[in-house]
Amino acid sequence: MNSLLLQVCARITSPLQIILSLILLLRGHNEPGGGFIGGLVAAAGIILYGFAFGFHRALCLLPLPPISFIAIGLLLAAFSGIPALLAGQPYLTGLWPNLSIPTFLAGNLKPGTPLFFDLGVYFSVFGTVLLMLETSTKNENSP
Amino acid sequence: MAASLFIVFLASAISPLLVYFLRTRASYFLALVPLSIFVLYLHYLQRLHDGSPLLETIHWIQSFGVHLQFRLDGLALLFLLLIAGIGTLIVLYAGSYLAGHPHLGRFYAILFLFMGAMLGLVASENLIALFVFWELTSLSSYLLVGFDYRKKEARAAALQALLVTFTGGQALLVAFLILASLTDSFSFTQILEKKIQIQQNPSYIILVLLVLTGAFTKSAQTPFHFWLPGAMAAPTPVSAYLHSATMVTAGVFLLARLTPLLGGTHLWAWSLTSFGLLTMLTGSILAIGQTDLKRLLAYTTVAALGTMTMLLGLGTPLAAKAAIAFLLVHSLYKGALFMVAGAVDHETHTRDVRDLGGLIRHMPITAIASGLAALAMCGVPPVLGFISKELIYEAKLEFGQIGWFFAILGVIANALVVAVALIVGIRPFLGFPLHTPKHPHEAPFPLWFGPLILALLGLLFGIVPPLVEQTIIKPAVVAVVGDTIKVKLSLWHGFTPMLVLSFVTLLLGFCFFRMREKFRLARETLTPLRYYGPESLYSCIINHWLPSIASLQTRILQHGYLRYYVLSIIAAAALAVAAGLSRISLPGTWFTWRSFEWWEVLLCAAIFLAGFAAILTSGRITSVVLLGIIGYTISLIFALYGAPDLALTQFLVETLTLILLVLVLYRLPKAKSLSSKASRLRDALLSLAFGFAITLLVLKSLYIPHDTKLPDFFVQNSPIAQGRNVVNVILVDFRALDTLGEITVLGISAVGVWAVLSFIRKKSSSASASQKNSSPASFEQ
Amino acid sequence: MENLLAITIGAIYAFSFYLLLRRSLVKVILGVLLFGQGVNLLIFTAAGLTPDRGAFLKEDGSLQPPYADPLPQALILTAIVIGFGVLAFTLAMMHRLHRETGTDDLDELRSDEFDDPDKPAP
Repeated sequence: MNSLLLQVCARITSPLQIILSLILLLRGHNEPGGGFIGGLVAAAGIILYGFAFGFHRALCLLPLPPISFIAIGLLLAAFSGIPALLAGQPYLTGLWPNLSIPTFLAGNLKPGTPLFFDLGVYFSVFGTVLLMLETSTKNENSP
Repeated sequence: MAASLFIVFLASAISPLLVYFLRTRASYFLALVPLSIFVLYLHYLQRLHDGSPLLETIHWIQSFGVHLQFRLDGLALLFLLLIAGIGTLIVLYAGSYLAGHPHLGRFYAILFLFMGAMLGLVASENLIALFVFWELTSLSSYLLVGFDYRKKEARAAALQALLVTFTGGQALLVAFLILASLTDSFSFTQILEKKIQIQQNPSYIILVLLVLTGAFTKSAQTPFHFWLPGAMAAPTPVSAYLHSATMVTAGVFLLARLTPLLGGTHLWAWSLTSFGLLTMLTGSILAIGQTDLKRLLAYTTVAALGTMTMLLGLGTPLAAKAAIAFLLVHSLYKGALFMVAGAVDHETHTRDVRDLGGLIRHMPITAIASGLAALAMCGVPPVLGFISKELIYEAKLEFGQIGWFFAILGVIANALVVAVALIVGIRPFLGFPLHTPKHPHEAPFPLWFGPLILALLGLLFGIVPPLVEQTIIKPAVVAVVGDTIKVKLSLWHGFTPMLVLSFVTLLLGFCFFRMREKFRLARETLTPLRYYGPESLYSCIINHWLPSIASLQTRILQHGYLRYYVLSIIAAAALAVAAGLSRISLPGTWFTWRSFEWWEVLLCAAIFLAGFAAILTSGRITSVVLLGIIGYTISLIFALYGAPDLALTQFLVETLTLILLVLVLYRLPKAKSLSSKASRLRDALLSLAFGFAITLLVLKSLYIPHDTKLPDFFVQNSPIAQGRNVVNVILVDFRALDTLGEITVLGISAVGVWAVLSFIRKKSSSASASQKNSSPASFEQ
Repeated sequence: MENLLAITIGAIYAFSFYLLLRRSLVKVILGVLLFGQGVNLLIFTAAGLTPDRGAFLKEDGSLQPPYADPLPQALILTAIVIGFGVLAFTLAMMHRLHRETGTDDLDELRSDEFDDPDKPAP
């Protein structure tokens, strides 16, 4: 798949998709979006890039292999429940510090523990989809 | 109580380690455990004088009402003392008997496990705990009988004992559950309060039958008696402990424990009495023809258990007293005789009574112990056995004519037992010394210490009956019959019918002893009758019925056709749904085209057409595209009806699915039409029926008023969770633990895909690997 | 719309069931996929449809009924993603199976060991 049109498209839309996925993630608590959707959109961006330039090259753009994203995501989600335990509440109870960070695209952001949980979901979904697609395609290239 | 259980189970855990370091000397340390428990409960005896049980509760599974609750009454204490007391001697004995055995540590581990289970069983107040301990004794008995696991007979005997006792255990569990459902409690004390209610309930008959099955299997009552002689494949300490003094009496214990609750009816009295008498006769008749020391003893144990059951069935205070006294006596002499048999076996390497004689010259102390125990078994004064036998006759004679009938049967059975006692306990030590495989010497100290102590106790209690009558027997009798009775034991009652019967028993027993060769011959000629006995039924079930039922059901259910598995699952589900919804009534106007918008009809039509085409086409990519149409349409439906999150997710996942399907499927061959026309038609009809059932289900659910409690809760509480997208708040806050589980599953499935697809051996390397490694190759053949 | 959807869901179930009963493994997998979508739609419909009304609070944190039931939506959302995971795993298994055996006919894959236990292995 060496279509020039696809390559040009991918160069432009893939970064946009990553940004879009982050926006969807951050605003997910108030508007449609969230970790699942964000992770899927981000993975779709990488996959589009992979179709244009090959999966190997697409994955090289990432700082970590997909399986590490799964691990980071799961750990992040699991650890986001610890502060509640420390505060004497049931595991995974949402805690909200009295803070509000204005962001440009996703409205005001409150950095509570559910946000980190959602980030964990985002990373693990992202890693899952990429790992699945990566193994399915790698196999195809080396019969 | 809990503390002593803990100590015993701890001993079970550390005994292999102790044996590893100390070898045989470990037995002296381990014997301290039951000894200390014995002393502890001796102390408890003083606190029981008013007769009310001591209760001790530890909460275990609070929500189910299952507590570790202990009930220390006279009955429990009698058993506790027997278990701990004889246990002490057995632990010592086993250390010497199995000295140098490579698995001595394992033996102690299981033995202490059994001891703990038995202690817990007799002291349990809660029925569930009682059941658990009950099964634990069966399990540890299985391990102990099969201790010599290299021998085929030992394994078969262990399995037989396990299956028979487990069958009873299951019956017992059902009985306990019925009791609990009738009384809303698992606590024996609370259940006891509703005695009348239980006895008037129609399920009382079933209850009694189930309890009897449990008790009879455990206590080897006819027709389940056959497992006990088989269990003699166990090492002798096990036979002496489990199969004479403790585990087999668990059934008797259960009957005694439940007598205040279930007893007093004709059903209870007659079934216990008749089965007890039958067992007593079966055991004693089968015993006399045997020649193996342990089998002789095992059959008389069966007879003794039958006697106890029968006495409990008679149900009078006197009979209960006789039963308890006999239980105590029997445990003492039978444990002693088994240990003697083991010592003789240990010293001569034979257990065949025909090869034994004159051993008193070589093993005098063992001979004294054996003789005393045999006297107790015969019921000769002044041993406690005599008193208990008198009591048994007295209890029977209370019943007039039928009592005389029982007594005469009892005389015959007891005479046979007397003959066996002479064969086992006296004969090998007297007479001319015979040549044995090993030249005998006096057994080491632990081997004669145990039997001697037990036999001397029997003598002591017989000479000074007050030692036991007020302290041990009376509280136990009170626990069984429920009220206080006078317990008076004495050697001399005056010249009574009982004395005559005792005398006749001894005389007849001596005659039977002289006729022992004839009995052996008779046994050999009657051996073919075994084919009609319960044991051959057991082996028939195990060897023929079970395998054929298993292979039949495997052939029917495990046929290997995926679609028929799916078919049976879904057909069952569809039938269940249809049956549940059979009374649905829809309003007459439930379906009119006018109530739908044109685009709604369009969406549904798209799904219809795409699905229909997808099942007809054989092209892989075509069907993938058609399924894609369905998926995107569903995503549109989500978007139109208030679920933008779902629509987005469905859209994205659908896209990724399509990519994945195309990547994998286009490497596979075209789907051929493999099925015949007839099976297609059948499948189509079944699918239609299933779809119809589902449609009904949805329609029905739409006509049930929607419960808004949950959505209201989530909507009202979302502001607390600082989010306005309620779906997302549920995912990451309210039900975050679920989500955590789900992303974990997701991650695992990704790793699974990676593992399945990445570790593919090349054809050549796999061939060489299977050559190097023989196991996969042999598996293929 | 609910009644129409009820029929549609029944049809999806019927289609997927028919696919599940086929001998070709490819069709079975497509049946699994379709089945999952039918289940999602069933839960969605059974919870009641609320056209144009999601489960989003207003800025002041209030929401007037009727609104969509958010709980089934949350369940379905995860079900969709999990379904993807299951499908990917099934596909990987099938891919591997096809590599090892060269067939996708389920009847050819069937082990005959239970048919006749006395028959000596070839």
